[in-house]
Amino acid sequence: MDVILLQLLNGLDKGSAYALIALGLTLIFGTLGVVNFAHGALFMLGAFCAVTVQRLLSISFETIDPDKVDFLGNPAKVKTPYVESWFGPEMGGAIVDWSVPIAILFAIPIMIAIGFIMERGLIKHFYKRPHADQILVTFGLAIVIQEVIKQFYGANPIPTPAPDAFKGSFDFGVLLGFDPNAVIYPYWRLVYFGFAAIVIAAVFAFLQFTTFGMVVRAGMADRETVGLLGINIDKRFTIMFGIAAAVAGLAGVMYAPINSPNYHMGMDFLVLSFVVVVVGGMGSLPGAVLAGFMLGILESFSSMNVIKSIVPGIDQIIIYLVAIIILLVRPRGLMGRKGVMED
Amino acid sequence: MLGLEKKDTSLLIIVAILTMFAPFILNPFPEGSALAQFNAGYPDLMQRFVIFGIFAIGFNILFGLTGYLSFGHAAFLGIGSYSAVWMFKLLGYNIIPGIVLSVITSGLFALLIGYISLRRSGIYFSILTLAFAQMSFALAYSVLTPLTNGETGLQVYNSDPQYFHSENMPNIPHLFGAKMQGTYSLEMGPWSFDFNTGYYLCAIIMLGMFYLAIRIFRSPFGLMLKAIKTNQTRMNYTGLNPRPYTLAAFVISGMYAGLAGGLMASMDPLAGAERMQWTASGEVVLMTILGGAGTLIGPVLGAGFIKYFENIFSKINDTVLHQWFAFLPDGMENFVITIIHPFVGKGWHLTLGLLFMAVVIFLPGGLVEGGQRITAALRRRAGRSGRSGDDASSTDTTPAE
Amino acid sequence: MGILEIKNVGKRFGGLQALGDVNLSVAENTVHAIIGPNGAGKSTLLNCLVGKLIPDTGSVTFQGQSLLGRKPYEINQMGVSRVFQTPEIFSDLTVFENVMIPCFAHRDGAYKLNGINPVRSQNDIKEMAEAILNDVNMIDKRNMVASSMSRGDKRRLEMAMCLVQEPKLLLLDEPTAGMARADTNNTIDLLKEIKEKRDITMAIIEHDMHVVFSLAERITVLAQGTPLVEDTPENIKGHPKVREAYLGEAQV
Repeated sequence: MDVILLQLLNGLDKGSAYALIALGLTLIFGTLGVVNFAHGALFMLGAFCAVTVQRLLSISFETIDPDKVDFLGNPAKVKTPYVESWFGPEMGGAIVDWSVPIAILFAIPIMIAIGFIMERGLIKHFYKRPHADQILVTFGLAIVIQEVIKQFYGANPIPTPAPDAFKGSFDFGVLLGFDPNAVIYPYWRLVYFGFAAIVIAAVFAFLQFTTFGMVVRAGMADRETVGLLGINIDKRFTIMFGIAAAVAGLAGVMYAPINSPNYHMGMDFLVLSFVVVVVGGMGSLPGAVLAGFMLGILESFSSMNVIKSIVPGIDQIIIYLVAIIILLVRPRGLMGRKGVMED
Repeated sequence: MLGLEKKDTSLLIIVAILTMFAPFILNPFPEGSALAQFNAGYPDLMQRFVIFGIFAIGFNILFGLTGYLSFGHAAFLGIGSYSAVWMFKLLGYNIIPGIVLSVITSGLFALLIGYISLRRSGIYFSILTLAFAQMSFALAYSVLTPLTNGETGLQVYNSDPQYFHSENMPNIPHLFGAKMQGTYSLEMGPWSFDFNTGYYLCAIIMLGMFYLAIRIFRSPFGLMLKAIKTNQTRMNYTGLNPRPYTLAAFVISGMYAGLAGGLMASMDPLAGAERMQWTASGEVVLMTILGGAGTLIGPVLGAGFIKYFENIFSKINDTVLHQWFAFLPDGMENFVITIIHPFVGKGWHLTLGLLFMAVVIFLPGGLVEGGQRITAALRRRAGRSGRSGDDASSTDTTPAE
Repeated sequence: MGILEIKNVGKRFGGLQALGDVNLSVAENTVHAIIGPNGAGKSTLLNCLVGKLIPDTGSVTFQGQSLLGRKPYEINQMGVSRVFQTPEIFSDLTVFENVMIPCFAHRDGAYKLNGINPVRSQNDIKEMAEAILNDVNMIDKRNMVASSMSRGDKRRLEMAMCLVQEPKLLLLDEPTAGMARADTNNTIDLLKEIKEKRDITMAIIEHDMHVVFSLAERITVLAQGTPLVEDTPENIKGHPKVREAYLGEAQV
């Protein structure tokens, strides 16, 4: 029982990331009809927002501390982040420590801007082109973004720690009456799950309760008619692209402490997110979220030793296997409409 | 000749001449000269030209003709490599059984994967093939380690049986005793040209495959594949079942990929899972698009282009750049080099990505279309100047073909 | 007993009864028009005939063989060809290639993997294709890319592609929709000519009464998914029920 609970929890954080990326992919696909292979790169950019903010906040100046000596006997140099000298050691230290959550504030405008630029500068010209061209051009863009990041940040993963307050783990087992340490779960992953839930809820609320969202939903259902009503749907779709980029970026920012960001994390997540979108149903937002969590949890369960001993290697392929079966048995996905993109 | 139209025959002959004389053509600069770094006539690279040429020609039969975009073709390349290395391990270093088996196994896998994937079209097909390839990749790394040797990669060990290996045969891949690595170097003054057995074997096979591709393009089967790309509805209502045609195209292109994988292992008896990764599949898509999907010569051009520039760009480092721009004033020199630096050396992939985007955006027909546009523009110019000289000549400048 | 027998066919999409209880018999070697206002179920009926849709109830037989559950290409191989509302042709290919494809389908069946012999050595196919292009006066356009032609020519090409298979039954889905008057008249002439030259049965779905009354020998009026009347053109013209359901609306 405790093992099952543990796997369920383990699946949640990966599932959250899948769900968030898939949500953005679906938004773009549903509104603009574009298959965006660069969406993983947006996720990766988000993670590197966190890295950048952490680095910026840690920029330090060196002073020589006369009281201390290093191991060679020379006066020790002490690094002090500028923020600490500005806000005092306590406040400044806290800011450095909380750099990942702070990065969210920076990531939102940056990602929205990147989304705008991408849509206006590139994607816009591909609405009328075949899907294969859309895939190829965004694939090229993904390579470019990835390589640019590699130029600036190198090829190695960059550890980006979460605030100290969230270090350590939460003992779920004790809460539910299991042995201590049977079900422990890092705090930050809990935060991640909660954060993902909030973002998802916010996106849905935005689409459900605002006029803007209503128009976009109508546009997703029938683009031409909405266009005929004299509503500038293109502009709204641009904004939608920005939002989708921001969602992917936020998913990336918060994911940075879980897995140290590296330049190819976008590609790694992209393939799986596509699979998630297909399983959920192309163009269905609830489907994307559902499938994201489902596949995350499924992946986590299949990595249990018991299951691996029955079907070796299943943890590596479970997601693809599910996708293949779904595509063949129910091509529209779990919650998709029939006939979307079947040509 | 050979059952080809005149135009196709001359194309084949041109390609044949280019590949046969490649050791000369690709080494135009004398050894030791500053430009020698642009030489590409060394065996390893020439082998890659033709092997990836085969891979791209095969991919084009599927993508160029039917329009089905597979994102998992590297899996067949990997399967081909593994099969060939297994033959080396079990039977010995003669490459014939390895190559034959690599074509057969990849064909069988393609039949299975194609049969399932082709039940869907469009983006769903792309994602299905992607999923299959990623699955193969993941399995090759994990559970199938006894077959693939996991991360280390599959290679031949001294303890392997090699039943047909005899003492007088070389202990590296060979064709009835002719070593694949065997190279004859011809020194002509400052020039040096390498003639490599492995390259010529691959080149001859590529020519054969290119010829086969031409036959397929010009056959009723090829016509049906083009029809599938254009209009599947009409295809259905014309009494034709598209499925067997696309499946056949898929299997053929899978076998081409397997052959390329087998040859790769024959040149260097090693097979690793990274050959199957989806970025590797992306590379062959790129070659085909860059050269010109759906054209005969396009994939070969694309493969050569990418492999050549990959090699050249990767070799350029800051020292080389400083040599080049030494004529500039110091400040300028550093500035220019700072700008170029990200695109060369390890930054080759960045250039590749940009190039790829540029081709898709501006030149969807690839290099072949670019070439056609240039010739058309030149012809128009020639026609205009001709007309200004002779007003009586026909105004029709586009030659009827 | 007609060449095409439709018995008690019904089709429902969710809550919408698209076809109620259709009984229809198309006699051999006639031109049978099916008319009706928008939403009467004409297109649904046609799609049930060619294998695109499977009716919920009833049976469709062609020359005594059931068509239900067969794929579109199988039905075509039995001798049923279809002309679409917007011409469905292979637009990237040349006119000659367009016509050759149905020739191959006619000669080789639903599939034959002939990957080695060049197309240009198939003399019988080339002769067939040339003959039909001569028939429809398109031989001089044989090397044009299909997408670059006018709409009228595309329609002509599509007809040629259907006819070269020597179908016994030709289904036409609004063959003159969106055409200028001159093009419409050309199409009528073309169809008349085809009818004169061959033993062929045609079923036409049409909006344009001018086309219907110039071609049809029998007319079925469909309204709200059920046949209202079936009669000769002369009788249909004066039929009060038809005027009410259809012509009245059209003559406003």
